[in-house]
Parts: sequence; structure tokens; C-alpha cells
Amino acid sequence: MKKRKITALLMSLVMVCSLTACGGKDTTTTQPEPAPAPAPADNAATQDTAKQDTAEPAASGDAAQAADITLWTYPVGSWGDAATVDDMIANFNAAYPDIHVTVEYLDYTNGDDQINTAIEGNQAPDIVLEGPERLVANWGARGLMVDLADLWTDDAKAAIYDSVENACKSSDGVFYEYPLCMTAHTMAINRDIFEAAGALQYLDEEKGTWTTENFQKAVQAVYDNGQQNVGAVYCSGQGGDQGTRALVNNLYGGTFTNPEHTEYTANSPENIKALELLKSMDGINFDASIAGGDEVNMFCNGTFAMAFCWNATQEKNNQEQGNINFDVLPMAFPSENGEPQLCGGIWGFGIFDNGDAAKIAASKTFIDFMANDPTQAPLSVQASNFWPVKDLGNIYEGDDLMSEYAKFIPYMGDYYQVVGGWAEARTAWWNMLQQIGSGTDVATAVEEFVTTANAAAAK
Amino acid sequence: MKTKQTKHVDVYKIISVIIIAILAFTFAFPLYWIIIGSFKTSAAINSATPQWWPEEWVLDNYRKLFSKQTAALWDISIPFTSATFSGPTVPAAIRWLINTVFMAVAAMLLTCATSAMAGYALAKKRFVGRTLLFSLIVCAMALPKQVILIPLLREMASLELYNTIWAVIFPIVGWPFGVFLMKQFAEGIPGEMMEAAKIDGAGEWKTFYTIALPLIKPGIGALAIFTFINSWNDYFMQLIMLTSTKNLTISLGIAKLQAENATDFGLIMAGAALAAIPIIIVFLIFQKYFTKGITMGAVKG
Amino acid sequence: MAKQNPMSKALVRRETIAGYAFMLPSLIFFLGFVVYPMIQCVYTSFFDATMNREDIFIGLANYKELFQDKTFLGALKNTVVIVIVSVPITCIFSLWVSSVIYDLKGFACSAFRCIFYLPVVTGSVAVAVVWKWMFNNYYGIFNYIGTSTGLIEQNINWLGDERFALGCIILILLTTSVGQPIVLYVSALNNVDQSLVEAAEVDGATKFQCFWKIKWPQIMPTTLYILVITTINSFQCFALIQLLTSGGPNHSTDTIMYYIYYNAFKLYRYGYGNAMGVVLAIMIALLSALQFKMAESK
Repeated sequence: MKKRKITALLMSLVMVCSLTACGGKDTTTTQPEPAPAPAPADNAATQDTAKQDTAEPAASGDAAQAADITLWTYPVGSWGDAATVDDMIANFNAAYPDIHVTVEYLDYTNGDDQINTAIEGNQAPDIVLEGPERLVANWGARGLMVDLADLWTDDAKAAIYDSVENACKSSDGVFYEYPLCMTAHTMAINRDIFEAAGALQYLDEEKGTWTTENFQKAVQAVYDNGQQNVGAVYCSGQGGDQGTRALVNNLYGGTFTNPEHTEYTANSPENIKALELLKSMDGINFDASIAGGDEVNMFCNGTFAMAFCWNATQEKNNQEQGNINFDVLPMAFPSENGEPQLCGGIWGFGIFDNGDAAKIAASKTFIDFMANDPTQAPLSVQASNFWPVKDLGNIYEGDDLMSEYAKFIPYMGDYYQVVGGWAEARTAWWNMLQQIGSGTDVATAVEEFVTTANAAAAK
Repeated sequence: MKTKQTKHVDVYKIISVIIIAILAFTFAFPLYWIIIGSFKTSAAINSATPQWWPEEWVLDNYRKLFSKQTAALWDISIPFTSATFSGPTVPAAIRWLINTVFMAVAAMLLTCATSAMAGYALAKKRFVGRTLLFSLIVCAMALPKQVILIPLLREMASLELYNTIWAVIFPIVGWPFGVFLMKQFAEGIPGEMMEAAKIDGAGEWKTFYTIALPLIKPGIGALAIFTFINSWNDYFMQLIMLTSTKNLTISLGIAKLQAENATDFGLIMAGAALAAIPIIIVFLIFQKYFTKGITMGAVKG
Repeated sequence: MAKQNPMSKALVRRETIAGYAFMLPSLIFFLGFVVYPMIQCVYTSFFDATMNREDIFIGLANYKELFQDKTFLGALKNTVVIVIVSVPITCIFSLWVSSVIYDLKGFACSAFRCIFYLPVVTGSVAVAVVWKWMFNNYYGIFNYIGTSTGLIEQNINWLGDERFALGCIILILLTTSVGQPIVLYVSALNNVDQSLVEAAEVDGATKFQCFWKIKWPQIMPTTLYILVITTINSFQCFALIQLLTSGGPNHSTDTIMYYIYYNAFKLYRYGYGNAMGVVLAIMIALLSALQFKMAESK
């Protein structure tokens, strides 16, 4: 009696579990394993048709192609926004009605962890929208991505800017990313505060540039005018670290890596000099309690007179939310000769090799449509709120904000983020800034950074 | 002498109560700030001068929370077939809330059921391997789940449970703290009562169900609330195990609504306020188990 | 263990079958989702394991590296500090609060208990955001109060200064973990046999003696329970660190939990991360066993 009851209880428990386990399962991502598993009956038909397509060049995939694919996007402008992305996918489905795209939205805090665990969980997405430092240098280098050679036709290579093209291929020349858009990260100043301090004379408002010497004078003027916190070298984490890197590199013309992207060069005399300068300046402190996002907030609320973590999207978002009640002046980072090398951002698509030819072919079709279709490509770039990676004409006609920021694009410097050991080097960078902030000798801290980062790069 | 002492004690008590009151409000201040903040404009939240009370009440944050993404209200698929029944499309935040409640309730029920039985067995049954099992449980009890995260992830993937809510629930149920707690309670069951039941001819199950279970009920209440809250707050496990929009929990879903270097604090606060309400309700309901008094069994048998 | 009468073989068998039958549902989950992954964890810790590559057996190399890794040793120290500081403070603080509020009339006790419980139910992401704002270097509430009352001369960068950051983390941890202990102590104190207390008072015992000799032993099981859950909480202090300091400044708030996460999920060093996990697990298991033994011997 009692045993029957216990068994019954157990049985029902197990049944409930198995039943609901299936209930909670995401049906769109139950994809075949990389190993050639027998395809589910209802998928078999679609797979056959799709297989024929793979024989043809993917870029010219025909409208009859059919597959279920998943797209994961980082919040690159409105590519993180469901309404905008749904519209773009509707455009895609008008041309390719049988490719069904499921979209998931990632965030920059947890996105990497989610993709990494999805890889471990055999549920990596088909397409990811992100930059070369992840797609090429990280997942690509680990053999997880598909070679996109057939998207990189000769026409594509001719059209896409060389610096972008170089960033999209691995050190041995394999293309793991097909780029969509790019931007140049700038800094910004609170024009009202600078004007009140009479510091505007030190900068070229028209071009948005200034020299290192004038930067020092301007900061001193603002500081002397009663603004105790002019700016902060934020270093509580990796958020917005491109800003601190660009600042340090530009001041005296240092670089972050060697031109071949094989070695970190933060210990060059130029970089050491720049860090010593920042450490000695009034009004600029190394703050280990804030990261890029905090700095932006505190620039917007008037705590700081300038922000090192800035770009057009930051201004657009903060204006829209009503966070800014002063005149923002975007500026390039100061450099000795007034010719800055801005740190760029490139975003594009990569395909995870999930072992399913049909999905890969469909994914390539999707990328081709989003990045190359004459009517869709400008829309895709506009959605990112950044600039195209090839000449698409002026896609921001009449948009004052974007026109203002467009002047910085020519200053885009070397895209060094594809260097090896990037994740470890990023962490080591803000740890180094913390050390300097708390009094460690610059040369010592920089040496430690370079040792750690180069050891990681050599792995 | 006697009156003097009472008076002294009162002074101590009054001062203590005042200090505790101040501390209590400091501790609870974040929740106040979150709820108030969820009705503020973005500029007011980011302002360097705090607004203790919003100058302007807005629903923008909630509107944003409910408009960002959508999901089906439910998806039920029939095992071994490809048929799926999906509910109407609703704002994703509602689905996340449902997922979270489902997760916490399922984890709570499974934990309480399995732990009560196991705790009872460990306390009252003299079986071979009991000491060994109990030692294992004591040692594993305080183990942070993050330690076994990667093996767990691989295991869930091979069981095809990855990206389902069960991948979050099962490790919570497996966590042996509940068994330990229930054993402590079950130790307090008087042996005579069980002897009496046995003499009356009650079977093992009946003895457990009619004698032991009612006596350890307050303990189950304590375990229920503990499990519910723990699973609700088990952010990291959810982050690792869940990916699809429709499978997310509320805290994870909210975390994913953010852009790079632009934390939308209003959205976080609206989400946190929304997520806190169900759990406060649960606390108020289960509170009576605490007020009734938990009679922890003596540690020794 | 109350009775030690010899049991017949049949009885032992019966008890064993019944015991395992009752244990079974729990054991499935425990063995499947705790013990098995733990074994895997130990196993992988002898390998150089990373993403998308066959694991390479390297013996004890991970462990050797571990004890030469300064960051790990620092994280180990911080973890121990957090546990050693926050566990006793949490227990003593909640016992003090409970002893004051448990006999308050009606509504007051319940209200206090609820308020102290609120931080537990407020999600850690949101709590961290608010505390970060309160600790802000430039306009945070603590600096505001501190400077206006003259307690501090100038603004302190609480979370950005290695002298204070760990303390701040412990403080926040304290606010989010006293809720449960207070609730439990209040009910335990209410359950103390009142007749014994009165008898002692008649005998002229002081309040302190009353507490120490009569109440304390009776709330001992509750204390054990509280010790265990607080220890668990302190070890798991992860979200706060991830959201507030990322282990900085200068590694002053690195904990093993955070370092495992960093190695496993940022550097994909699964084997190395698992080796740390094994060391942490051994430490925790020993501590739990110790706490349990101590409580049992009382």
C-alpha cells in the first residue's frame, strides 16, 4: 500500500517534470547537433531544398530558400530594439518568405557570458551582430565561426574601407565578420562650463580638435574657474575603456599595440609620459569607483565638465531622455599635433558553425540582404545610428547631430582590438589605471600591464 | 532597588528601539528609492541633487518596460510531438513575471516535498549509510552553486534542459540545505508518537503523512519561504541557463534591456519594483509560520 | 539515538528500504545536480580545459599555478575576511535587534521584522544601483552627511578606495542578510520557556544571566541554522562585487567566487576555474562540518 503510494507519487513527479520540461523548451532552437543527427521528420523536407542552395553562391540565394535561423544582437543602436528589428526582418521576409528569423537581444554586461554558455550548451545562435574583437579575435580564433569568404566578393572588398576589411579577417586571412557599420569614439565637453571659464579659445570648435598643450590649458582654466572635477580617468571596470585608452594613446602619439597587432606597447615612452601628465593635472583624477557608463551619467548631470566615453549615440540617447540641459560639444582626443587617431568601433555579422549547411546558407542570405541590398542597407545602418563601412551616399541627410559627428570619421585610427589576449588585457588595463590612481609609480604599473597582456597574447 | 533596575532597562530599551528604527529605515531606504525612482523622469534620477520626492510623477519607465519586447503568454508543447500551443502575445515583462513565479513555486514545491521526506528518513530511520549520507549533505550544503556551474551547464546541455526553466529549478531542488533543515525539525518528533502509530498498524507512508508531516509543518513553511526567495534571487544561475526572450526571468529580462555604457536606471528600478511585489506578498502570507513559532528540533536526537 | 535497543536483521532491512524510499526523490536531485557536477568539477580540474578544444590532461599543474597566483591568494584572503567579519556581525546584530523587538507590543515587532526583511526581497541589481549612488564620490549621501556633520573633512571615494571598498561591500551584504536571522530569532525568543525565565528572576538572576543561562541554550538550534545560512550567503557574495567594484580597486574586493567567474567566463580557463572551485568547496565543507560539530557538542 504505502509503497504503491510512494511509487505513484514519484511517478507523477517524474511525469510532471518531463511534461513541463518539454513545455518550457524553446522549440525554435532545437537544432540538430553538429554531429549528423537524424533530422526531425517535419524538418526533413525543408532541409532538402536548403541543401540544394548551398551549392550555389550564398550571396545569390534564391527566394525559395527555407530555414529557421536565430539572430542574436548586442544593443548596437536600435538593433537592440525589438520594434526596429522586427520591421527590418519583415523587409527580409518579403524577399525570402521561408527563412524564419528568431531574434534574441543581448546586453553588454551579460551578453558575452550568454553566448559563451550557449556555445557550451550547444545552442549557439546562427548569426551574431557584434564587432571584430569578439567575432574575429575571440570566437573566430577558437574555430567557432564560419568562413565568410563567399560574402567577401571582389566587389565587396573594393567597396568596403580597407581598415574595416583588415579588422574583419583573422591573422591568417580568414573573414569571420561581414561589417555593417562603424563609428569613431570621441570625447565631449560641456560647452557652457568651458565658455564660462574662457577655455573655448584653446580648442578648434569647427574641426573638433585640440592640441595636448591647449588641452592642459583648457582643463586648468576650467579648474581655476571653480570646477573641481573637470574629468575622470574612470577605471572601476572595463565599461567604456576605449575612452581611457584613446586619451592616453593620443596625448603624445603612443599606440596601444604594435602595427601587426601582436604585442602591447603601453609601456612606450609616449604612453608613460601621457599617464604621468594625466596624473599630475589638476581637475583630473583617476576614479576607481566609476566606469564609462557612470562617467556619461555624471557628465550629463553636470558633475564633470568633460566625458571621455562618448559618441553620437550617447548624445542622441541622452538628449532624447532629457538628461542634458547644456550645450554638448563633441571633441576629438587631444594630441600633440592636433591630428588625433580615434578609437573606432566596427559592427557586423558573423555566423556560428552549428554544423547545419542549410542554416549557414540562410544566414549568409540574411547578412547579404541586410548589408548589401540597395534599399535595406541604408536602413540597416541607420538603425545602428552609426556610419556605413562603404560609400552609401549621405544616409543622414538633414540629421544635424549625425552630420556634426560625421567630421570625426576621417580621424579613425588603427583597429587594434583584434590583438590576442584581448579579454585579459582589458582587465589588466583598468587594473593598471587603478594602481596609478592609488599612487603606484607609472613606469612600474605600465610594465606590469605589458607583462600580463603580452603573456596573454602569446598564449 | 527593583524599580531602579526596571527603569534602567526601559532606558536601554528606548534607546535601542530608536537606534534600531534609524537602522531599519536606512536598510529599507534602497527599496523606497527604487519605488520612488521608478516614477521619476530620467533626468531626475540622474540628477546630482537628489529628489527625495519626485517633482514630477511619470509612468515612462513602466511604459518602456512593457513596450520593449513581446512574447507569447505561454508556450505548452506536447512531448514527443512538434505541436506547441502558444498563448496570446503580451509584453515580454508579463511573461517573465510568469516564468519567475513558475520557477520559484516549482522549486519551492519540489524542494519542500523531497526535503520533508528525506529529512524525516534521516532523522527517524536507522538505515545503512545514513551517517555517510548526512555527512555528505552537511559538507555540500554551503557549496556555492557557481563552483559547479560549468559541469552543470554541460550536464544540462546533454540532458537537453539548457535554456529551459528546469535547468534553473533542478539544481535548486538538489541543493541539500532543505534536507538538513528538515532533519533538524524531524528530530523533534517524539518517538512515542511514532511507536503508537506503528502499534495502530499504520504503514511507513501513513506514519509519515499523519504523524510526522503535521509536526514539521512550521519547518516546511520556513523552508518554503527560504527556497522561494533564494530561487527568486538566483540571478547568476538564471543568467547562465536561460537565453530565449520567452524563457527569461524578470530580473534577467530587465538586465538585458540595457545599452552599452548607458544604464537606464529608471528601467532597472521599474523592473525591480515590479519584481519585488510578488515576493513581498509571499513573505506576508508565509509570515504566519514564523509568528506561530518554529520549534527547532534539538540538534541531538 | 535515544534508544539503543538491538534491532533484528529484518527490522534493519525494513528500515533501510523505507529510509531509501523516503530519500529517493531527494537523492535523485542531489546526486544528479550537485554531486555529479562536483565530481566532474574535480575531474576537470586536472585538465587544461577551454572552449571548443579537447581537454588536455595536465595533472596537478592547475593547483600548482593556483598557489602561486597572487590574485587568487588575495581573493582567498578577501573571501575569508568577508566570512569572518560578516558572519559574526550578522548573527550578533540580528540577535541584538531581535532581543529588543521581540516583546514589543503588537504591530511594532511585526513592522520592524518586515522592514528588515525588505532588502532581502529587493533584487540585488537594483540594490547595488542605489548603494552605488549613496556611496558616490561626488554627491553621494554618505559624503554629504559626513562632510556636513564634520565627521569627515572631505569627500571619500568609498568604493574607489582600497581602504574602504571591502568594508562597503560587507556593509551592503549585512543589510541584505539580516532579514532572515531576525525573523528566526524573534520567533525563537518568543518560544523560550517563560516559566524558566520567571523562576530565574525570582531567584535574583540579572537580565544578562537570564539571557546567557536560560535563553541562549534554547535558541542554540536557531543559531546553528543562522550560522549556516549566513555563511552560505557570505560565500556567495558575488552579484554585489560584479555590479559595484569588479573586484577592484587594486583587487581589494576580489573574491574567489568572482575570480572563478572571471577565469571561467572571461578567459575560458575551465580547468583552472574548476581547480579554484575545488579548493573553495573543500574550505566550505570543512567550515560547515566544524560549525556543525561545534553546535552538536554544546
